[in-house]
Amino acid sequence: MADNIILQVTRYRPEREPEPTTQEYEIPLHEEWAVLDGLNHVKDELDGTLSYRWSCRMGICGSCGMTVNGEPRLTCATFLTDYCPGPIRIEPLPNFPVIRDLVVDIGDFMRKLPQVKPWLIHHEDAAAPEGELLQTPADLDEFTQYSMCINCMLCYSACPIVGLDEGFIGPAAIALAQRYNLDSRDEGADERMEVLSTAEGVWACTFVGECTAACPKGVDPAGAIQRYKFTAATESLRSLLLPWRSA
Amino acid sequence: MAKRRAEPLLWLLFSSGGLAAALLLPVLLLFFGLVFPAGWAPAPDHAHLLSVARNPVTRIVLFGLCVLALFHWAHRFRYTLYDGLQLKRLSRLIIVVCYGTALAGSGIAGYLLLGS
Amino acid sequence: MSAEYTEFHPRPYRRRMSVFWWVRRRSYLIFVLRELSSVFVAWSVVFLLLLVRAVSQGGPEYQRFVDLSSTPWMLALNVVALAFVVFHAITWFNLAPQAMVVRVRGSRVARSRIALAHYAGWALLSALAAWLILE
Repeated sequence: MADNIILQVTRYRPEREPEPTTQEYEIPLHEEWAVLDGLNHVKDELDGTLSYRWSCRMGICGSCGMTVNGEPRLTCATFLTDYCPGPIRIEPLPNFPVIRDLVVDIGDFMRKLPQVKPWLIHHEDAAAPEGELLQTPADLDEFTQYSMCINCMLCYSACPIVGLDEGFIGPAAIALAQRYNLDSRDEGADERMEVLSTAEGVWACTFVGECTAACPKGVDPAGAIQRYKFTAATESLRSLLLPWRSA
Repeated sequence: MAKRRAEPLLWLLFSSGGLAAALLLPVLLLFFGLVFPAGWAPAPDHAHLLSVARNPVTRIVLFGLCVLALFHWAHRFRYTLYDGLQLKRLSRLIIVVCYGTALAGSGIAGYLLLGS
Repeated sequence: MSAEYTEFHPRPYRRRMSVFWWVRRRSYLIFVLRELSSVFVAWSVVFLLLLVRAVSQGGPEYQRFVDLSSTPWMLALNVVALAFVVFHAITWFNLAPQAMVVRVRGSRVARSRIALAHYAGWALLSALAAWLILE
């Protein structure tokens, strides 16, 4: 194993350049280092002006998403030795505007997420239950997978529809909506359908499947979206054929 | 409101059409498009095919296959134009052309398979 | 978007998506090919209807159809169409399990089982159709 490896990092300093450029850094190649450790070394020892997001460094906060050699990855969960002998290209996540260097503006997602009402909706007119709302392990099983989302935005970066269609609500938002729709304690499925069963909701998705491939937590947003298409379609069919039965 | 209700149903047509096409088109195209024309097996005689085609079950199955497969194409092609060629701004025109063609094709299929 | 950078009005860089976005990655290319298979699905329907029409119009008309389908360009088109239609079938059966949650006696049926069931149905229907055509 070589001693060093080269990182080709995108720089974008809007105050002095109109477009992003690439800067190379040579860093030591330690077997246990993740790409994030490499970037931290750059910032600490080589170039303090490099800007990027990171926090927990253990794959749970979702802050450190970047494009590594063309793939959207969590840099804390991607190892330098996987790219030997290098160089490693590090770019900001696609489908988001770049604020500076490797930092992207995720405001669009932050506006889309609340639209699906990702919280338990429990109507106040129902009698308040004694103690907690009970759930069996089987109930929990229904939605646990979709609760694993860490909002890292890798799925948005992988999805071509997010890049092509600004209004598309996106994979994580739909997966999170499903996390609540499938929760036995929730009563908000109808409210969410107003937002989800629209041209910019699930119907814009064409099941490319890249979101599931990119997800570091195994959420399978593509599966969540296709399942919801069935749900919405059967609901539409029911309201068409049996209009007196709609909720 | 009508547009919102149409989309899920169009997707159901796309979905059933995709399944029908996947299950039945390969074998039909294999025989009539490749095996018989290439001479790998003798083409069935006309009388036999006529009796198969006249069968009411065959007619209904083929009609269903044609209609569903055409609407499968219409829906998928519509989104291919939106995303592949980035023509979403022409969506009204694309919708009319795609589903209109599928409807016309279904009419022809109905005439050929259920008419006579 | 402001032309000049100031401290509290940043100038974010927006990348435009090229018309050839789907050529850049293998997974995107396969996706677009899969979507284009629908064109050959439509062609298969046309071809099928031409066959039905020829059969219903009598022996000579049917023979003309058989001759037409043997011409090199029609044969080539149908070979390509067959490849795409089979590609459609395979991608459909492989993806369908991801879209459905099937429960048998409480536990989820494995995705591979669902895919297997699709392939089995495909084989059965194909055998039935082949028997009807050839017999």
